[in-house]
Amino acid sequence: MNTPSLEIKELAFAYPDGNQALFGVNLSVQRGERVALLGPNGAGKTTLVMHMNGIHPTSHGSVHVAGQLVDSKDKESIKVIRSKVGIVFQDPDDQLFMPTVGEDIAFGPYNMGKRGAELDAIVDEALQLVGMSEFKDRPPHHLSFGQRRRVAVATVLAMKPEILVLDEPSSNLDPASRRELADILRSLDITMVMVTHDLPYAYELCERSVILSGGIIVADGKTSEILKNDELLKANRLELPVGFSV
Amino acid sequence: MRVSQKIRRIKTQENKHHHGHDVGERLYLHRHTFIHALPSHLKIVAALCFILVVVSTPVTQWGAFLAYFLWLLIVVKVAQIPFLTLFKRALIEIPFIFFAILMPFFGSGEKVQVGPLDLYREGLIAGSGIVVKGTLGVMTAIILSTTTTAREILRGLERLRLPVLMVQIASFMLRYINVVNDEMERMKVARESRGFEATGMKSWKVLATAAGALFIRSYERGERVHLSMLSRGYEGALPQEQQSKINASIWFTAMIYPLVAAIIFVAQLLIGRM
Repeated sequence: MNTPSLEIKELAFAYPDGNQALFGVNLSVQRGERVALLGPNGAGKTTLVMHMNGIHPTSHGSVHVAGQLVDSKDKESIKVIRSKVGIVFQDPDDQLFMPTVGEDIAFGPYNMGKRGAELDAIVDEALQLVGMSEFKDRPPHHLSFGQRRRVAVATVLAMKPEILVLDEPSSNLDPASRRELADILRSLDITMVMVTHDLPYAYELCERSVILSGGIIVADGKTSEILKNDELLKANRLELPVGFSV
Repeated sequence: MRVSQKIRRIKTQENKHHHGHDVGERLYLHRHTFIHALPSHLKIVAALCFILVVVSTPVTQWGAFLAYFLWLLIVVKVAQIPFLTLFKRALIEIPFIFFAILMPFFGSGEKVQVGPLDLYREGLIAGSGIVVKGTLGVMTAIILSTTTTAREILRGLERLRLPVLMVQIASFMLRYINVVNDEMERMKVARESRGFEATGMKSWKVLATAAGALFIRSYERGERVHLSMLSRGYEGALPQEQQSKINASIWFTAMIYPLVAAIIFVAQLLIGRM
């Protein structure tokens, strides 16, 4: 068996104020898998994501990305890890901080040491992947929310990550933007962890789902099976939209 | 269930000459003049040199100041900046020169009669010096800011080796000023939707609370932005653009602005000697 893209073992974490968010998470994601990370608000989803690239230091347990240990004390390895784990944050305005779309996409690869024509090529390729090529010189503020989310995905794709982590990718999108983003995500040949409580979206994009609740993984299986289990969903404050059945 | 409705278009004056770079650029006027096209760092240097010449001119050389002013207006004309815009924007200096205007009224020593007013001579000279030099400086800054986008000014400062941290802080401000402004606008709409009207002292408490909330939100956003920067390998440096060579003639073109002022300065000195 190949090394998994992501391997989390017994991960526990408490915030400095004593509030414990994770209570021993075990999760393994194989290369090329698309996994939905489901869970109610406050389940610890974002906290878990922050461990995947060492933003939160691992205090108990371990996180491996493509076989490499995430150790926030080891600056050099963290740099490599961060280029391997691409996180798309929920609010694109948090992610797009440079004056123009093109410059923002160049930010990540630049930090990885890319320069000149090579950097330009990477930027153009990433923009093309999300269908935003003609917006390269535009300031992010003038794009629609859906467009900004797509650019946010491009900023991460430009780093050629091993694994793409999306935090609530469908939130605040109108139906067409939601569909366009789904098409883009499906077209990418990449390992993906999608944090969401948009269950139809998870069903559409991810073969496998895990439910994080109360700081532990309470379910892990085929998305279709999990969504069929009404009791499981109910116990974890998850619901399918009215009229939706798997 | 089809509804037919005529589409009624309303004409607006906005967006006539839209080039897509007007974010945080309320000061910038888009024109196609060679002054607009000059590299921003040269414009910054030229503006600073001009101000330096103006400031070092003795107040009593009023002829020189008149010439500076005329020269400035010629540059404004060439840059296609409407004079009205120039004067309106120059009003920003009023709070700063407020005390200078008061100077002739309070002081000691010799007095002079100006119309119906009895003024102190020294205060009058010092005050008018500040006003005249201040105005020339402010107007120079206006020429710079109307012919150069804020983004370009920041690039210019970067090329002039201003500390990276300062340039970064300023460019983040430029990026997020709209986001924060929108947030403020939404909070205002939310307040007013619930019947709030900003009148009198009583509303201050509400406004202060809103300002506090906005501050916290912006602070938290700052943290999230920092996280997302770290996630993409940020280590303290923002990408810098490659510098293209600037030849001497472009340098010279930019420097005409302070050079003419310097010539006026020297000429005035020579005339004064004769």
